[in-house]
Amino acid sequence: MSEQDTILEHLQRQGVSRRSFLKFCTLAASSMALPLGSIAAFADALAASPRPKVIWLSAQECTGCSETLLRAYDQYPVEKLLLEMISLDYHNTLMAPSGLAAEKSRLDSIAGGGHIVVIDGSVPLKENGAWSVVGGRTILDVIEESVVGAALIIAVGNCAAFGGLPGAFPNPTDAHGIDDLITNLKKITTTAPLINIPGCPPIPEVLTVVIVNFILSGHQAPALDGLKRPLPYYGGTVHDNCSRLGHYKLGNFATSFDDAGARQGFCLLHLGCKGTLTHNYCTTLKWNKGTSYPMLSGHGCIGCSEPNFWDRKGGFYKSL
Amino acid sequence: MSTVVVDPVTRIEGHLRIEAETDEHGVITRASSAGTMLRGIEIILKDRDPRDAWAFTQRICGVCTSSHAITSVRAIEDALQYKIPVNAHIIRNLIDGAQFVHDHVVHFYHLHALDWVDVVSALSADPAITAGLQQCISPKRQENNTTAYFNDVKTKLKNFVNSGQLGIFKNGYWGHPEYKLPPELNLLAFAHYLEALAWQREVARLHAVFGGKNPHPSFAVGGMPCAVSLDATGYQIDGNTRIDSTGLALVGAIIQKMRDFVDQVYVPDTLAIAGYYKDWFTKGEGVGNFLTYGDFPLTAVGDPDSLVDPTKLFIPRGVILNRDLSVVHPLDMNDPQQVQELVSSSWYDYSSGKDTPLHPYAGETTPNYSGPIPPYAHLDVNQSYSWVKSPRWRGKAMEVGPLAHVLMLYAKGHAGTKALVDKTLTDLKLPLTALYSTMGRTAARTLEAKILADEMSVWFKQLQDNIAAGDLRTHNNQYFDPATWPAQAKGAGFLEAPRGALGHWVVINNGKIANYQAVVPTTWNAGPRTFVGSTEVSGPYEAALKGHKLFDPTQPLEILRTIHSFDPCMGCAVHLMDADGKELIQVKVL
Repeated sequence: MSEQDTILEHLQRQGVSRRSFLKFCTLAASSMALPLGSIAAFADALAASPRPKVIWLSAQECTGCSETLLRAYDQYPVEKLLLEMISLDYHNTLMAPSGLAAEKSRLDSIAGGGHIVVIDGSVPLKENGAWSVVGGRTILDVIEESVVGAALIIAVGNCAAFGGLPGAFPNPTDAHGIDDLITNLKKITTTAPLINIPGCPPIPEVLTVVIVNFILSGHQAPALDGLKRPLPYYGGTVHDNCSRLGHYKLGNFATSFDDAGARQGFCLLHLGCKGTLTHNYCTTLKWNKGTSYPMLSGHGCIGCSEPNFWDRKGGFYKSL
Repeated sequence: MSTVVVDPVTRIEGHLRIEAETDEHGVITRASSAGTMLRGIEIILKDRDPRDAWAFTQRICGVCTSSHAITSVRAIEDALQYKIPVNAHIIRNLIDGAQFVHDHVVHFYHLHALDWVDVVSALSADPAITAGLQQCISPKRQENNTTAYFNDVKTKLKNFVNSGQLGIFKNGYWGHPEYKLPPELNLLAFAHYLEALAWQREVARLHAVFGGKNPHPSFAVGGMPCAVSLDATGYQIDGNTRIDSTGLALVGAIIQKMRDFVDQVYVPDTLAIAGYYKDWFTKGEGVGNFLTYGDFPLTAVGDPDSLVDPTKLFIPRGVILNRDLSVVHPLDMNDPQQVQELVSSSWYDYSSGKDTPLHPYAGETTPNYSGPIPPYAHLDVNQSYSWVKSPRWRGKAMEVGPLAHVLMLYAKGHAGTKALVDKTLTDLKLPLTALYSTMGRTAARTLEAKILADEMSVWFKQLQDNIAAGDLRTHNNQYFDPATWPAQAKGAGFLEAPRGALGHWVVINNGKIANYQAVVPTTWNAGPRTFVGSTEVSGPYEAALKGHKLFDPTQPLEILRTIHSFDPCMGCAVHLMDADGKELIQVKVL
């Protein structure tokens, strides 16, 4: 086994020329609005580094966020991501080793620092964290250890971002999101930037593009909103681009799931749709290779990228 | 004698710990299975709108992303005696069927395969031999079967290994003598590991057509929320909803894609791999008892609105005891003496004592964590040691899942299943009893994927015929408004998930959830031991591990093989919690 390759060496062996690599870097840099003069330096920096290390830690989660990773289309499908773009050194659902060998993979990876930590699931504090334990240690303990020296922390899904379902009333396990643990509760000490990518689960391509752009930009985080969500994907509401928007403006509302209006694509506001309040990219990008999104397939938005959406008064079918 | 601890058990959903006591020969004498994470979803559901429960329970598990949601809406519909249109039954069948096929393939290639396939060994494969092997075991396959293709895959793998960054493959048990496949078959399996990653995101689109997205598609009490796309004059038109000619054509294409991959890749790969591990057809049986609630309502074109009829299901309902396929015992989800949960070895209390079995309608959830304070090296497995409860049927431990499904279809005389099972066993030169094993369970999962993928074509044709005949109904609005409900109601919803029998029991008071209990597949399989007098009654995981000989306790490949053959889903198994650790929820049978 050789020493670790740089990305350029790796790409060259896959048949990518230095020239097309530079072209790719130019494109990537411009898509991130980097100053043009920085492109050469950016390309060099990228070519000199081995594949960035990613540690994926799972707390109180349902694995829906890992499944969403597997669904990514576009330029970074998971097999390309795993073999060519990143080194996913720890992921409970995908990794080959178990037990001590698995923990060794995590410790080896964080040893040099500079890694990206992805966390799905909320973290319970009740009973001193005994309600989410991995390898005999609390998940909080494992997270604290893993973020030392990290270049970036990504809280993926509503649970890691905002406490999500476990944090819904009455929050029986005293579950918290990562930002809360760092900023308010000071349970995790880190200087690494945090990006929230909420959604239940989030859109696959938003997750992969955020990771890859961070790498390609030489560790620049995207512009974030007040809830630390990347603005390019969470700047507007799903209502803005909904196929039913025209009917909303005309005052055409479906009153049941299978009435004449529902069949014609009338607005679902009166059936509880929370799209007007929900910042996400579902209606712009659509899900699963542009197949659909909840409103196009007949159900209102439940608001899954917003904090406390599980506890919105009246539930999912009460009209706003 | 020593204790081997495997924690985390990876390549599963969620958090599982195995502690295995071994004798001086490295043979497991007693195994303990512990769930180490909980969220408390059932208590969060208390006092909420029952119509919202599908979305909450759906998030019990993002892998079986449709299973809990369908079970939940069925529980509410059972409580309200709320009949739904035939198209809604069919669409749910298609969504659940797609879930099975998707899940089984992902389980085989991405969660289970690395127990049998040595990825590093593939580096020494001759791609020409792999191509020949592929053409031999799957003659119908017209793509990705050439020397050049496998040479490309090998180069990709070589470059990856040479990069020095092995990622998820680092620290695997490569080179372990229990890996028995020739390099060429390892290369074939690795190629399909990558192909299956691409395949699975394609077939998940079926859920997006009917449910808007995957993971976590949408559902509704009273049917399905996905109205067929029409224009103002009632003609079918594209684009007003996704249930249009584009969406339905995609569904048809995906079903074909599923059947092709299962027939040409998954089934032949399973048989080829199993042929090298025939010793695993005699190990890891479990408890020899099997339970199904049954699933996939059988409907006909033009049927009126209906409830799910437990006597008219594609996978039949019943119980098989002690491997005896000649008798299928009837099962009643509402009988307080049949399905029960115990907490003898779980971190919960019952008001009537930890050893009292309780039916889900009378279920209690009072956590009492008595385990060690983390960090810990060992659990005290002679006390309570898991967040998973122990379900029993008339006091007996039961295995649920693909093997139970296949055995139930076989025992009830389903011709297609019988032919497929008999042919598979004949090809492998194995007796029927070989099914009661680790590899038998894995093979049953593969055969089930074929049985269901084929059946999906039948259901889809029914849906198309209904729509062609002018029956477009997908939702019944009759009882959607809670003002139409009785003051008190209770109901049981059921489904067969990819991992087995799933039941939700709901009690509704004045339009709100008074109690919600889910008894899920992995709870049946992974639950800790209970006691009859001083005799231990082990659940399937613990029973199946007993007798395994570990070649190298630091590389517990044998434990992983058998545990993975059950396809654990710990998020499903542990979802219970009480509000503050003190309040006792007790709902008596109304």
